[in-house]
Amino acid sequence: MTADTRQGTAQLSSDLRGFREVQRLSYECAEAVAAQLRPGVTEREAARMQREWLRERGVRDWFHLPFAWFGDRTAFADFKIPLQFFPTNRKLEPGMPFILDMAPVHKGYAADIGYSGSLGLNPVQDRLMSDLRVHRELILDQVRERRPLREIYENVERLMTRQGYANRHRAYPFGVIAHKVDRVRERRWSPTAFGFGTQSLKGLASDALHGHREGWSPLWSPYRFSDHPPQPGLWAVEPHLGFRGTGAKFEEILVVTDSRDPGESAFWLDDDLPHVRRWAEEKAA
Amino acid sequence: MSGMSGTFGEQDGITRAGLAGAGLAGARERRVSTGGIDLCVVELGEAERPTVVLVHGYPDSKEVWSEVAQRLAARFHVVLYDVRGHGRSTAPVPLRGGFTLEKLTDDFLAVADAVSPDRPVHLVGHDWGSVQGWEFATVARTEGRIASFTSISGPSLDHFGHWIKKRMSRPTPRRAAQLLGQGAKSWYVYMLHTPVLPELAWRGPLGKRWPRMLERVEKVPSGSYPTASLPSDAAHGAWLYRDNVRPRMRRPRTDAYAHVPVQLITPTGDAFLSERLYDDLELWAPDLLRRTLPAKHWVPRTRPDQLAAWITEFVTAREEPAARAPEQKAPGKYADRFGGQLVLVTGAASGIGRATAFAFAEAGARVVCVDRDAEGAARTADMARLVGAPEAWGECVDVSDEQAMEELAAKTAAEYGIVDVLVNNAGIGLSGPFLETSSQDWKKVLDVNLWGVIHGCRIFGRQMAERGQGGHIVNTASAAAYLPSKTLPAYSTSKAAVLMLSECLRAELASRSIGVSAICPGIVNTNITATSRFAGVDAAEEKRRQERSSRLYGLRNFPPEKVAEAILRAVVRNEAVVPVTPESKGALWMSRFAPRALRRLAQLEPRL
Repeated sequence: MTADTRQGTAQLSSDLRGFREVQRLSYECAEAVAAQLRPGVTEREAARMQREWLRERGVRDWFHLPFAWFGDRTAFADFKIPLQFFPTNRKLEPGMPFILDMAPVHKGYAADIGYSGSLGLNPVQDRLMSDLRVHRELILDQVRERRPLREIYENVERLMTRQGYANRHRAYPFGVIAHKVDRVRERRWSPTAFGFGTQSLKGLASDALHGHREGWSPLWSPYRFSDHPPQPGLWAVEPHLGFRGTGAKFEEILVVTDSRDPGESAFWLDDDLPHVRRWAEEKAA
Repeated sequence: MSGMSGTFGEQDGITRAGLAGAGLAGARERRVSTGGIDLCVVELGEAERPTVVLVHGYPDSKEVWSEVAQRLAARFHVVLYDVRGHGRSTAPVPLRGGFTLEKLTDDFLAVADAVSPDRPVHLVGHDWGSVQGWEFATVARTEGRIASFTSISGPSLDHFGHWIKKRMSRPTPRRAAQLLGQGAKSWYVYMLHTPVLPELAWRGPLGKRWPRMLERVEKVPSGSYPTASLPSDAAHGAWLYRDNVRPRMRRPRTDAYAHVPVQLITPTGDAFLSERLYDDLELWAPDLLRRTLPAKHWVPRTRPDQLAAWITEFVTAREEPAARAPEQKAPGKYADRFGGQLVLVTGAASGIGRATAFAFAEAGARVVCVDRDAEGAARTADMARLVGAPEAWGECVDVSDEQAMEELAAKTAAEYGIVDVLVNNAGIGLSGPFLETSSQDWKKVLDVNLWGVIHGCRIFGRQMAERGQGGHIVNTASAAAYLPSKTLPAYSTSKAAVLMLSECLRAELASRSIGVSAICPGIVNTNITATSRFAGVDAAEEKRRQERSSRLYGLRNFPPEKVAEAILRAVVRNEAVVPVTPESKGALWMSRFAPRALRRLAQLEPRL
């Protein structure tokens, strides 16, 4: 991202600052939990570690509860029903890839992040993470060009195929590569249903209703209902690569505005994230 | 004195001529005496290198190893010896009681001490050589003298004894069947226990006919093997069975645990040994690496390249522990079968070809990725190395270009070796009514889909046949090969030709142990739809149809990885025609049992 847009983002309202803070908090959580993972830790335990870490720091509501996927579950191998996304008793082994995915709500701001790593060296996942860089660039460029979301989806998928990978975000509900996130009203009681915060679901449902009337959708999918230019708002974008039992993803917020200036029409909320730093290091090396 | 030295000189001359005649040119011979027996030992290669001792079986002599020994001699100090009573080693007197495994262990230790006094040796045994090898690798007194053991077609008699006991004591139907199966394969063991008759047969008609029988039944190439000593080898060797089988079957040792790493090479077409014999081997040999080879019993004669490659890899990994990674890196399901083999895949830059290259890479094969798209092929090779291929290369070749294919074959043979598995997968799509399809369109689709396969089979198939050590050819046909339709006349024609070509070739190459499989995938989510030509429509409409069909194929979402898995399975099982998706299977079934319904379906026009 250029210096102009950095300045641009700095000027933006405190809202963005709130979203950025909770996104950073989430990535901090992911790094802290990843550092504690040891052989024998189960997915359930890893999910609980994330939940507790965030609760200690004031998180009371969730867009969705933390997920953890180990081994070939990072590539959603043989996932048939959504229940399979929930953490299992699979144990982490040396060299195994893992993905931590969490979406906390903090002070009324929601984040949704995905963090990929491995216990020790995993050259395959390493390569997947490196190859995700071009996807982040491609998505931003094409959103700035105001291409229909469905077309961008297909272009990302084509790039994955060319790289030799499978598109694994197709396994998510509705096959989404992204979904909208928004402010969430703080309540004393914030129940979850099937792992999703009811407040957030309500927001998503009302977006879906509005969108349905206006011809857009809060879900960025390969289907016809996503055949529209990018809708202003905050999108949690999560391209997910799979390669023979190994998966890798990142997830972060893309800000889309109705500005005519291409640089301000869309930008990543934060460029100081683990995967972005990693690519910068790779470039430097 | 002068007369005697003259005699020795003559003998020496005869020996050298004999060794060269048996394919052991340049070998150094020496005699090792042990327990009243004089063993004939032959060495090849530099003595400072790691020592590999090759032990022959029954009815054989050390010359059975000549092909393998020569291939190993460049890297190792190779030692062969005639087991007592065989070849040019002397026989014990009396024969009865002279062939016990204890005495054979004495012989081996004497040879090992003579050829490699300071370092442990790597042991390789075939048939009875392997039976002996198991004894050497499991008794305490050889500890520290053996570095590794490669077992080919010869189980430990003790493990065999336990195997039988286990199945006798609890004969479930499956176990009983296994017992009866192996019991039938062991018919010759019972024959050899009759007195005198086997000796008479071997010294008489059987000895005379044996070489022809090996050629005909076991496909052993004709030539200098078996040697002239066969009748007496076979007659003496009968005592191997008589001295050991009954005692060991009755009272198998309970401590027969291997104290060395073991590589087990199992020929799947062995007429004498069931693969099931090795089911529980991990219990006896904790450090076990399994390999399977589609061949008959006499692999040292019929598959010397593969044996030499696997022995080299195994021994090298034990000599240089740093090099041990490769075999552990390949976690694939068929790693025992494809480890180290050379696989060439055309159309490897995308779709089924790419997935197939990855699947073979996961099984530890070395992969040559061929495509018109140089960048895509290189990418496939790159990723193949990442998932387990010890080596992988990307080659930019158009399969319809005969000259280029010839050059590719020459380069492959010179730099990577002879291809073990060839996958002719490259293909392009062409849709549109016959009357709208131009001859240019026809030429293009036939050039790639049919001529590409013909060139591949002809050029690489010939290399395989000339090597004479088997192989496999996989051709990617299509469900369209037996599924008539009015939308794909040209494509279906080209694929039907590929299917029939594969069937004919299978018949022709069967006698050379080269299998041929035709794969009929069906609707698979690859980019063939995005690059297909749609005849009879303008460019914009063609683009729309490409996108539309890509979306439909995407909705069907049958992954190319599953086709790749079917391809590997087809090679392992040597299947002739392999439909993959359910619609492909259904269409094949209908083409046989309900062809009229299929013809009616062909008249439907799919909306695109």
